Amino acid sequence: MVGKTVTRAQLSEAVYQEVGLSRNESADLVESVLGEISDALVRGEGVKLSSFGSFAVRQKGQRIGRNPKTGQEVPILPRKVLVFRASHVLKDAINQSLTGSGSKSAGAAS
Amino acid sequence: MTKSELILRLAERNPHLYQRDVERIVTTIFDEISKALARGDRVELRGFGAFSVKRRAPRIGRNPRTGAAVRVAEKYVPFFKTGKELRERLNVA
Repeated sequence: MVGKTVTRAQLSEAVYQEVGLSRNESADLVESVLGEISDALVRGEGVKLSSFGSFAVRQKGQRIGRNPKTGQEVPILPRKVLVFRASHVLKDAINQSLTGSGSKSAGAAS
Repeated sequence: MTKSELILRLAERNPHLYQRDVERIVTTIFDEISKALARGDRVELRGFGAFSVKRRAPRIGRNPRTGAAVRVAEKYVPFFKTGKELRERLNVA
């Protein structure tokens, strides 16, 4: 995909344009939003953002992995992973724009 | 935590802001991420994670009930990779 990369700077700029706070405060608030979401996830709480998607923490059990270079077996310890599920609104917006077709069941697209 | 709970929490911590401004801030951020993904761009938020879009090639699928072959069109799926710092924070304690 030949896209550009959007970072905090562009998000802060959008908040600055949209809400009319100072650039500094806009940047701080972008940080606070990400911080509150992270804190909730670290507490083990899921985060649901309607029309965007949801984040959930999943517990993974221990399993035996393998070092792909040496072939050596190494235990992968139990750990928590974050999973993101995009909402249908987001998925449809992406597909509408990138394939020119909307819903997930669009059969004869492109 | 839902979007409205997130807004309430941010409003509590920022008493100098109107709640409707906090609402617009949160909406703007996620709209901006959505718009970037719809353009096929990546959104990289160091420490938090990165959103990107992956292409799924068209393929011939099968209706599992009837076994009939069906054409499945090309599609794009959003993808999130957790950032290093957040991944580590999830696993302390």
